[in-house]
Amino acid sequence: MTDQHLLAMHHSEVQVSVELETPDVTLNLGPQHPSTHGVLRLIAKVDGEVINEVEPVIGYMHRGYEKLAEVRTYPQIVALVSRIDWVSGYASEVPLMVAVERLMDIVPPDRAQYIRLVLTEMARISSHLVFLSSYPLELGAPTPLMHALRERERILDLIEMVTGGRFHPNFNRVGGVKPAAGAGSNQKKVVQDLPEGFLGQTLAAIQDVVGVCDDMEDLVLGNEIFLERTKGVGIIPVDKALAYGVSGPNLRASGVRFDIRKTDDYLPYDGFDFDIPAGENGDCFDRYWVRLQEIREASKIIRQAVETMPSGDLQAKVPRIIKVPKGEVYVRAENPKGEMGYHVVSEGGRGPYRLKIRSASFSNLSVLPWLLKGQLVPDIIAILGSLDFVLGDVDR
Amino acid sequence: MTALLDNFWVLLALKVLIIAAVVPGVALVFIFAELKISAHMQSRIGPYFAGGRWGWAQPLADGIKFMQKEDLVPEDADRPVFKFAPMVVLMGTLAVFVIVPFSPKLIVRDLDIGVFYALAAGSVTTIGVLMAGWSSANKYSLMGGLRAAAQLIAYELPLVLAVVGVVIQAGTMSMNGIVVAQIEPVFHIGEVAIRLPFLLQGQVIGFAIFMIAALAELNRTPFDMPIAESELVMGYLTEYSGIRFTMFFLAEYAGMFSMSAIAATLFLGGYYLPGVPEGALDVLGPLILMAKVTLLVFIIIWLRWTFPRLREDQLQSLAWRWLIPLALANIAVTAVAKVVL
Amino acid sequence: MALRVSKVPGIGLMKGMWLTLRTLFKRPVTINYPKEKEIPVPRARGVIALDTEACTVCMLCARECPDWCIYIEGHKELQPPSKPGGRPRSRATLDRFDIDYALCMYCGICVEVCPFDALFWSPEYEYSEGSISAMLHDKERLTDWLATVPAPPPLEKN
Ligand code: SF4
Ligand code: SF4
Repeated sequence: MTDQHLLAMHHSEVQVSVELETPDVTLNLGPQHPSTHGVLRLIAKVDGEVINEVEPVIGYMHRGYEKLAEVRTYPQIVALVSRIDWVSGYASEVPLMVAVERLMDIVPPDRAQYIRLVLTEMARISSHLVFLSSYPLELGAPTPLMHALRERERILDLIEMVTGGRFHPNFNRVGGVKPAAGAGSNQKKVVQDLPEGFLGQTLAAIQDVVGVCDDMEDLVLGNEIFLERTKGVGIIPVDKALAYGVSGPNLRASGVRFDIRKTDDYLPYDGFDFDIPAGENGDCFDRYWVRLQEIREASKIIRQAVETMPSGDLQAKVPRIIKVPKGEVYVRAENPKGEMGYHVVSEGGRGPYRLKIRSASFSNLSVLPWLLKGQLVPDIIAILGSLDFVLGDVDR
Repeated sequence: MTALLDNFWVLLALKVLIIAAVVPGVALVFIFAELKISAHMQSRIGPYFAGGRWGWAQPLADGIKFMQKEDLVPEDADRPVFKFAPMVVLMGTLAVFVIVPFSPKLIVRDLDIGVFYALAAGSVTTIGVLMAGWSSANKYSLMGGLRAAAQLIAYELPLVLAVVGVVIQAGTMSMNGIVVAQIEPVFHIGEVAIRLPFLLQGQVIGFAIFMIAALAELNRTPFDMPIAESELVMGYLTEYSGIRFTMFFLAEYAGMFSMSAIAATLFLGGYYLPGVPEGALDVLGPLILMAKVTLLVFIIIWLRWTFPRLREDQLQSLAWRWLIPLALANIAVTAVAKVVL
Repeated sequence: MALRVSKVPGIGLMKGMWLTLRTLFKRPVTINYPKEKEIPVPRARGVIALDTEACTVCMLCARECPDWCIYIEGHKELQPPSKPGGRPRSRATLDRFDIDYALCMYCGICVEVCPFDALFWSPEYEYSEGSISAMLHDKERLTDWLATVPAPPPLEKN
């Protein structure tokens, strides 16, 4: 064999052994995409259907609530904060008011606290029902959506019956709930207490909500295809969840029994009997299951609260013009999506000097780049949906 | 008149015309059925306004609306391929009807290898889907098209294998022959001849496999990954609009029709219903077949509105690890039974 | 974890199918708008009605509105004295009272703060417009809504 032959062989071998390199395809999911709950943009580098890297781009929905709050009075801010997480608007109002009350040293009357509590749990149910319904939709099953939203409508109707608003109740005032407002032809301010029939209808509605939870177990949780798609998919181990600041049902799905309703006292939860459901694996299935159980627990709380609803005033004695003394406070609450906190800094004016909003979805979303690495494209949607975030809550 | 009908080309043209008119009409009915059934399964009312009572004209109105829309072609698209793709899909679907026997006489062409032809013509649609996905110059479309191709390769095999059982039992590949084989009495109880469709002659597994594979071929839930709205926007349909989108849409429902018609013919006795005198089949046959098709279409719609979709790799493992071995076992059992009995 | 999930494969699929089949034969819950209409609850915040007689042009509502979408202009008018020989009273008259519903966020603060009960919520909701500028309701339009204001609901007794 001549040298040339050897050389040729050598060359050909080199040529053969060069690995075929396939460049990653950049797949832009969003900001306009059917599955991103608003305007989240994911820049995914995919190799076939496997994701090598994903970068969430947020901010398309930034409305600057922290800045808006600085030039508004406290009663005006209440109307704003329910727009942060619009799926559970009422729940976002409560911690802000509790923060202001702590700074002013006001304790709201019992009835106001109970009304807050009932409406907060209703907001939790409605938010979780949205999750229960929209998550199967992302996996391709459109029917659970309508079934769960049907019962959610009942809850929203009840919220509307009391507050006048379905999504943005604006029903909290410093020192209690909205005491009175103009209405009707009698030209008198009308007390905004619970309307007649509310308590009875609430009991009936939560009965149906628990019923639709059973339906969801039949339709979704027990479905073998659903199990295939969610069991063992998108596992967040406890240490990662804690490191990324994941909170709420997502954290509990990973097995941490932590619930601010039990640890803090922003609302009188200690008088109620309810469990904290927690998952085992922290996969998509557990996140779904935990939320389903939380609806049942919330129904339990509402039932107890309705049965023991105290009578009394709706608002504590507050000055007509609310001026908050100098100081700062951080109040957090167990919102449907996780920990929602307000850090209020007051310089003594009618509005806050600075309002820092800690929203649950933002922290929950931060785990995404780590979580999506190495997953399949169809699983992006399964995992993304299971974190249950609202873009308004992420961007604020 | 009869002389004219005896002319091969005239007759052919007539038959083609009938199919071209009837199939889209039936597809419209199925679209309407899907709209209404899905609505009521979700506690909704569904279409209500178009056409007065029950909104029966909704699919027509949709169709007219789609035709008025601009026929957009993306700038980077491979124009001829992009424009041709919907026609390939529609053609592939319509071509299947050539061998569907609606009654002993009402069949365009009773090919000797009818079953084989039906499966082959049905696969043409996937080429159209792949063309659409490839030519759209859109990553979502491309992924949708590739998923459709992978799906076809995986499910064509169980589909064919499931049919083999029937072919063995019938001893023929002609569609009409298969129906006739199901009219043959299986056994007699006293004087009464018991005639059974192949489904009840032991082809239960074959039927189940056929329906599952047919769902995958039709890209219907739980196998609708090529479209997968929540992931791929609309899959290979993303860039289509106007009349071309309508063609895809019609093809989907026409495909449901054709697959159900084949399944009904192969497994459920086609145009024959036990108890109906054979002389009346010329008139009643089409009605009987349509009733069976409607039942199958209802099941397809029902599944669509109950289940989530599988993942691409799970679909593959279902096909290769379960359906194909099962179908092979089915063939073996059928063959042995045929020889022994 | 207590979960009603069957171990037998296929049972889960069947349960779901049984549920959808059952629902198929139930009455739909949706309402066939616009042929039928839902009646909103009395407290529903649909549109704001203005009672020009009661309004004293105090501007409180305009000031407290979180997005400042109420536009008020007024002037003082001398009224004949109430009793002969008295001083002529001055009374504020509204020249302009516009609410921009394209901006309004339906928070209800204006209704709540009005010290003279001149603003009311009406549950009426059918006033969408083709152009955004038409969403500005003027004094006359706001007064027209007054007829649709319902009586307040009775309260829960406990
Ligand atoms: S409802 Fe709120 S936003 Fe609308 S005009 Fe009244 S105060 Fe302003
Ligand atoms: S607060 Fe009442 S009285 Fe004052 S300007 Fe507004 S509507 Fe008129």
